[in-house]
Amino acid sequence: MLAAFFDNPELMFMTIGALVGVAASVLGAFLVLRGTSLYTDAISHSVLLGIVLVYLATGEVNSPYQLVGAAAAGLLTVYLSELLTSSRLLKRDAAVGLVFPALFALAMLLIGLYARRVHIDADAVLLGELAFAWLDTVPIGEYAVPRSLVTMGIIALADVLFVGLFFKELKLATFDAGLARALGFRPRLLFYGLLFLTSVTAVGAFDAVGAVLFIALVIVPPAAAHLLTDRLWLMVIGGGAIALFASAGGYWAAMRWDVSIGGMMAVVNGLILLAAFFLGPRHGLLARLLRGRRQRAEAHVRMLLVHLYTHEGDEQAERENAALALEHHLRWPAEQARRVVAQAEALGLVTSEPEGQRLHLTGAGREAAREVLEPWRRR
Amino acid sequence: MVDRWDERAKGAVHEPSLALHIEDLTVSYDHRPVLWDIDLDIPPGVLAAVVGPNGAGKSTLVKAVLGMVKPAAGHVYVFGRPHLQQLRRIGYVPQRTTVDWDFPTTVLDVVMMGLYGQLGWIRRPGRAERRKAMDALEQVGMAAFCHRQISQLSGGQQQRVFLARALVQDAELYLLDEPMAGVDATTERHIIGLLKELRSRGKTLLVVHHDLQTLPEYFDWLVLLNVRIVAQGPLKQVYTLANLRQTYGSQIGLLHGMPAGTGGPGAESPGSAALETAAPRAGGRR
Repeated sequence: MLAAFFDNPELMFMTIGALVGVAASVLGAFLVLRGTSLYTDAISHSVLLGIVLVYLATGEVNSPYQLVGAAAAGLLTVYLSELLTSSRLLKRDAAVGLVFPALFALAMLLIGLYARRVHIDADAVLLGELAFAWLDTVPIGEYAVPRSLVTMGIIALADVLFVGLFFKELKLATFDAGLARALGFRPRLLFYGLLFLTSVTAVGAFDAVGAVLFIALVIVPPAAAHLLTDRLWLMVIGGGAIALFASAGGYWAAMRWDVSIGGMMAVVNGLILLAAFFLGPRHGLLARLLRGRRQRAEAHVRMLLVHLYTHEGDEQAERENAALALEHHLRWPAEQARRVVAQAEALGLVTSEPEGQRLHLTGAGREAAREVLEPWRRR
Repeated sequence: MVDRWDERAKGAVHEPSLALHIEDLTVSYDHRPVLWDIDLDIPPGVLAAVVGPNGAGKSTLVKAVLGMVKPAAGHVYVFGRPHLQQLRRIGYVPQRTTVDWDFPTTVLDVVMMGLYGQLGWIRRPGRAERRKAMDALEQVGMAAFCHRQISQLSGGQQQRVFLARALVQDAELYLLDEPMAGVDATTERHIIGLLKELRSRGKTLLVVHHDLQTLPEYFDWLVLLNVRIVAQGPLKQVYTLANLRQTYGSQIGLLHGMPAGTGGPGAESPGSAALETAAPRAGGRR
């Protein structure tokens, strides 16, 4: 049965894609919330320097040392960027933009000088090729298991364990680093731990999805999940779920139209983000629009109440508190005035007699108006 | 990250009768001193205000006590021991604007964060922590909001949540950075009531404050700060127009709507009366 699993390329592609997606998105949630998601971009480029340096030192392309070298290069990128930022001579984005192209360029230079025989294909760096992942296998017991599946399996497990174990600490350090420090936690250490794993994951994902798609997988699922929920743990798990769905959906779409599997996974992620952006229950554009309209309506009713309240009992009440007067005094178009009055009547805040002409506040309406004008009365 | 001055003072008990004891503290950003040679003593059980003009270093003082900024020189002792060993005994209410209120978390969750220090690494908050957090929310009148996402709160409500978070820390020394900034009058009364209750339970509180008029009504200890300490001590002794003028310079009349000449130059202690009656406060009428 296991043999059938490892021999099934479809399942293999989807599983590797899903592992990359889940590994990237659980880390991504914290990077997105911290406002440092573009470090992913920087890291996914500068890890190349680590890979090249390890190759020059050991002559191997696929050794575990590669991961170590890459992670070191990733951390170096972050460290240098933070150093430049703390000099206050550069803003963070500029510092990041300065550091990683330099390291990337250095890597390219080293390849050009000393490693010409190694073929680095721009497409492979940017997009990866999941289809090839199946061909490079390692024997485990009696099975030939794709190498990517093994490395990504271990990396995804490490990422999930890290986030699961230090969830509380990561949450506090991301939300309020000052308090985290004061309570004896080490927010900087956690942050570097997070980026260390991001670097390792970037290298692991390199073969499968390439550098650019990796960035999409780190940022897009958690960003989409953030639009859908107000709970951090739901955002982390939801991001993972979106990544899972996108890997299956992406594979199906790639087969259907015969295009890049990794590319389609990113496209599906993007579509989910787009849907969340428009249709998200609280932060979505549509929800915001509706809420804005409702709040405007409520504000109008309140304006009406206050208007009636201020003129209640004075000699102008006859004139001011007539439905018709609203058009002149509040400069409301007739249609709007009618709608607001109807709404206030429906809420039981205002009565009119005769129907639609002289307006009176009800007890509740008077109370509501006073609440606006004298907020300190509220408890 | 053990600092030189802590190395020297490691384990040494110094001035144990004081809640906070600061010696020769200088903090500078980029060689520009923000706090100059601060000597400060806060006895236990007082409700102390720190006031001073913008840029006086009030927040920096609080952050230095918490070890969030690194001093260029000086010692900070909390209940007789170097402050970095005592962080668990300090409760902190930062300025509201220091965190991202769009963060996906609930009111109850934020309050429970105050308990993370007691939990230590990895251990998760459980039922007991939830109960403590709910108790604290009850105290600040925010229990009904416990499942709200934090961006749905008004400024005053956010401040109360921060206060509840400090309450659960069950600290002995509380540092509050402008807890009354930008809150409505009701919330302000609520907050000061809570602070006074904490004092009556034997806690020590150091509050960065911005409103000179409410000082005598709210506090019993006063620290006047403008890069250096201008005056410190029981409010009744320190709260004089001369001292305030020295702290704020000529800004004082402009800042608080008082005629610059109130009390006359060099007046000894008529300040309190003059200050109290200046400009009725918005929430004062009922």
